[in-house]
Amino acid sequence: MAEQERTQRSSDRSGDKSGQAEVETTGVAEDISERIDDLLDEIDTVLEENAEEFVKNYVQKGGQ
Amino acid sequence: MALRKVLGTETEFGITVLNQARFNPVVASSAVVNSYAGKHSRIQWSSDEESPGQDLRGVGVIEGPGVDFETGSVNTVLTNGARLYVDHAHPEYSSPECADPRTAALYDKAGEQVMVTAVEAAQRLLRPDERMVIHKNNTDGKGNSYGAHENYLIARSIPFGEIVKHLTAFFVTRQIFTGSGKIGSENGRPSVDYQITQRADFFEQEVGLETTLKRPIINTRDEPHADPSRYRRLHVIIGDANRSEMQTFLKLGTTALVLDAIEDGAFSDPIELVDPVHDVWSVSHDPTLGYAMETAGGGRRTALEIQWHYLEVIREYAGSRGVGPVWNQVLNEWEQILVDLETDPPLTADRLDWTAKLRILEGYRRRDGLTWGDPKLRLLDLQYHDVDPERGLYQRLVDRGAMRRLFDDHEVERAVAEPPEDTRAFFRGTCVRKYPEALVAANWDSLVFDVGEETLKRVPMMEPLKGTRRHVAKMLEASPTAATMIRALGGNDG
Repeated sequence: MAEQERTQRSSDRSGDKSGQAEVETTGVAEDISERIDDLLDEIDTVLEENAEEFVKNYVQKGGQ
Repeated sequence: MALRKVLGTETEFGITVLNQARFNPVVASSAVVNSYAGKHSRIQWSSDEESPGQDLRGVGVIEGPGVDFETGSVNTVLTNGARLYVDHAHPEYSSPECADPRTAALYDKAGEQVMVTAVEAAQRLLRPDERMVIHKNNTDGKGNSYGAHENYLIARSIPFGEIVKHLTAFFVTRQIFTGSGKIGSENGRPSVDYQITQRADFFEQEVGLETTLKRPIINTRDEPHADPSRYRRLHVIIGDANRSEMQTFLKLGTTALVLDAIEDGAFSDPIELVDPVHDVWSVSHDPTLGYAMETAGGGRRTALEIQWHYLEVIREYAGSRGVGPVWNQVLNEWEQILVDLETDPPLTADRLDWTAKLRILEGYRRRDGLTWGDPKLRLLDLQYHDVDPERGLYQRLVDRGAMRRLFDDHEVERAVAEPPEDTRAFFRGTCVRKYPEALVAANWDSLVFDVGEETLKRVPMMEPLKGTRRHVAKMLEASPTAATMIRALGGNDG
């Protein structure tokens, strides 16, 4: 598998642009609507604990 | 005119340290950059802007540096040719120069990985209860914005007025597929529950030089970092930082195509907007995409209608001159995004940050009965952009297969370490990896070496499409030291 990926990548970089456009979707796009509650449950487990505190303290200096 | 469009991105990341009473963003940003640099390279970026007109293939070595080190600032160059530094009070990653939008999107994504590694290293400097968090976003939701800029090298010969004339309506309307989404409004704009972009509220004029105040739709900063008689660098400040790979690709690819078409005179009559600044806000403030803006010729058109017009012109232009597969992919994805946005914006939630984020927020609103002002929704809005692979909500979507990707993880890892091969970034990045002791300073258009002689040796790189693998790989392979490389470049002739 690793070998195969290496071959794939080196052909990507060979300058043959025709190879590049093909290697596009490595993740499978899928409609998550049916699994939205499952997703929210998962997010619950990683969400910062104190929302109010986090949001209040999140102050950035302006940039460009 | 330029099938190989030189382009790249620069991103200022949001930074905070939890549980740190005396949090100082400059100190924290410096820790990020230094921690990464300490692990990978310590080569200084120099702010030298002088531009001798020699290219890398010529006898391109100049005696004596004339290098002005940016003392006191934290500023380094990476083996992939990128620049990592502290800008204002943010860690910033500037991607190496790339020659197509797919590669540029890849190196933009690599910048997120650089931040992940940098935060892990910087975290070791903190107390156990402190935690550093980095967001790839553009606002704190309290009126403070920081940029995600795009850069495109364009021909100096094109009058700037032509660019403004044809690009303004494109920038106003591309927001429907370049936005990363935001709850509420800022900067005194009318209140809104959710809007398409992070940045729109901060734009206040049509054309101008400023980037931190009174931000213009079209920025006139003119530092080409290349031969100024031939090139202009269009510095685009109106985009959002995107997590979605497909979205970054679309943003860069469509804009590059429009610029090419302007350079080649493919547009006839421009679409002129009566009040483009107001339209920037109004397009962003309407996630239903119903807002119709007034055009100079009379009549009102929606952002989608105007985007269809641009796509039509570009399709014809591309068809007449023939473009490579990457550009055809841009055209196809562009068309599909417009079709899906027109049909039902949530259809784009596998490609666009603003619809992906909105789907999460709507889910929480429904499940937990939250109102738009609820801090929990605000937190979700922020945490979508957290670069941490566990906590970042974008990454959670990716891990579930809910976002379409352009790259696999191995490709991103490789882009963190290695430069693109078809621009001068190849020479820069390879020298950083190969001659770290001798390389004393670097910037976009030159490298400075100390090869143990009386004077430093400066190698100018005024042509972004030279210094590529094809131009210099053999020479670099045959040069075990910087001294031999400088000799091979003809340094003895100074």
